[in-house]
Amino acid sequence: MQGKCGLFFTSYRGEAQIFQSGFQKLMVGLFMLALLAAPLALNIHETSVMNLVFIAVIGAVALNLLTGVCGQISLGHGAFIGVGAYAAGQCTLNGVPFPLAILTAGLITAMVGMVFGVPSLRLKGIYLAIATLAAQLVLEFVFLHGGALTGGSSGLLLDPPVILGFVFDTEARMYYLLLFFAAAALLMVANIMRSRYGRAFVSIRDYYLSAEIVGVNLFWFKLVAFGVSSFLAGVSGGLWAHYTGYISAEQFNIGLSISYLAMIIIGGMGSVLGSVFGAVFVVLMPEALNAVANSLSAVFPGIAQSLVALREGVFGLVLILFLIFEPEGLVNRWRLVKAYWKLYPFAH
Amino acid sequence: MTVVPTGYASYHNCRIMAYLDVRDVTLTFKGIAALMGVSFTVEQGTIASLIGPNGAGKTSMLNCISGRYTPDGGVSGPCTISLDGENLLSLPAHKRTELGLSRTFQNIALFKGLSVLDNLMVGRHSRMEYGLLASIVYWGRAARQEDRHRRRVEDVIDFLNLSPYRHQHAGRLPYGVQKRVELGRALAAEPKLILLDEPMAGMNLEETEDMARYILDIAEEWGATVLLVEHDMGVVMDISDKVIVLDFGSKLAEGTPDEVQADKNVIAAYLGTEQATFSGR
Repeated sequence: MQGKCGLFFTSYRGEAQIFQSGFQKLMVGLFMLALLAAPLALNIHETSVMNLVFIAVIGAVALNLLTGVCGQISLGHGAFIGVGAYAAGQCTLNGVPFPLAILTAGLITAMVGMVFGVPSLRLKGIYLAIATLAAQLVLEFVFLHGGALTGGSSGLLLDPPVILGFVFDTEARMYYLLLFFAAAALLMVANIMRSRYGRAFVSIRDYYLSAEIVGVNLFWFKLVAFGVSSFLAGVSGGLWAHYTGYISAEQFNIGLSISYLAMIIIGGMGSVLGSVFGAVFVVLMPEALNAVANSLSAVFPGIAQSLVALREGVFGLVLILFLIFEPEGLVNRWRLVKAYWKLYPFAH
Repeated sequence: MTVVPTGYASYHNCRIMAYLDVRDVTLTFKGIAALMGVSFTVEQGTIASLIGPNGAGKTSMLNCISGRYTPDGGVSGPCTISLDGENLLSLPAHKRTELGLSRTFQNIALFKGLSVLDNLMVGRHSRMEYGLLASIVYWGRAARQEDRHRRRVEDVIDFLNLSPYRHQHAGRLPYGVQKRVELGRALAAEPKLILLDEPMAGMNLEETEDMARYILDIAEEWGATVLLVEHDMGVVMDISDKVIVLDFGSKLAEGTPDEVQADKNVIAAYLGTEQATFSGR
């Protein structure tokens, strides 16, 4: 039997596919099947962790589109997620069906994000970070003092999502809902990245002077980047709100913004797959720390408490180590591993 | 409607609009004049070169045409820059590309994170028209357009012999190849006028000759008008149909290479002179 050695394309469209080789498609298909079957094998706690991963994946890929792909650093992402959460919450509390509420939340957040994206026309890099930090602080203030709109410091209580009479009131049911949204968000961003919009975003990031010369309207495309990113942040927030059933202002503080930035740095800036790696890593790290603490507690009693206290410190340490040793993120490691196995057992 | 001053109108009528028509462009930075009432024309399908000593205002001139800088006005009356009868000055930089203007930069200004192919595809940005929703779905309209534009980009890749580098990151390529990719990006936009800012800078003899051949072909085969800024006088005098000499922001001479080489002011500016024939600033 003879196979072709290498990947050959006979059409431009074939080359533009997200998953190019048959093997890749097969593996992705198998992975999706495994994800679909996973709730059968996982216990409730593990399923809930997966659900949080899905929500984080949506938020991370949104921020990666804005910061990693378009180069517009944002410290207000946590607050944008909050806007989506409150918007979706208010929608369902007022009787709007859940899918429509999520869509509305996304659109409202997109508008808020675009308003706070306006300074990006003039401000770059660290200065834009400060401007978006202002967005974070302003929105946090609104969440806390929004009166009936946000429930103030007591927050909002929400019912589980209902779609066409079907109530998503268990972890397993939420799992499938969130999996769908996460996959849709990833596909959306992957498609944007291989189209003229994605290329325009990267051109703004890499050399805005020549981006203008090739005909990219800098202001408009930066606003679009803020809009799309905030839309997905809003969707993520709306899902999160309905998953936990409770929203409070403290959830959407600056810490959330920073942990999303950490996700895309750890995972890999400007990469869809990197957003997934980063989200998985950041959500699973506390779980992994707990598991380590529990297994060690037999040997060192009391270590569980001190490790939990050290969690923030460990998080910071991991971030610094990543910046030093793997500045291109987990996705780069993944590429290296793939390249190694491509030629295994030969080195070259 | 814009009101055309009568003085301007008569000046306007006294000669036929050239393809690229730069009239009385003055550009100052906080009182320091980079360009002083520079006027010149470039005919369609020709290669024109803008030369002059360092700091003469060559790149500033290109920046005025491409939209990076806005000229202050003219010394006598309003300044205009028009391409094929269309006033460029009323358009922002990104709109000028749609009219058929593209350029390369003196220092390489590629998108380092994109592959060579994607760099050229960005070059076609202004020729694509599908919207955000189409790009999210990437089906039908968007996919069809990507396909069609890819075909055009492949023509540019063939022309500039870039096929070995098609899928490599632009930032990792050798200098000479990066210069070629940048030329390709400008060419991918199907320009009517292409501005080249020192395309031969830092190149060896062989690369320079290749680049000169590409520039000649761009004018002859691709039908684009070329405005070139270059320090390599051998190349400039060989390939140009017209040479425009700038010095200290003013135009010294404009004409065929032979005329310019014989011009006293040009010789004075480049070589100096015993008697001060040059009466510039």
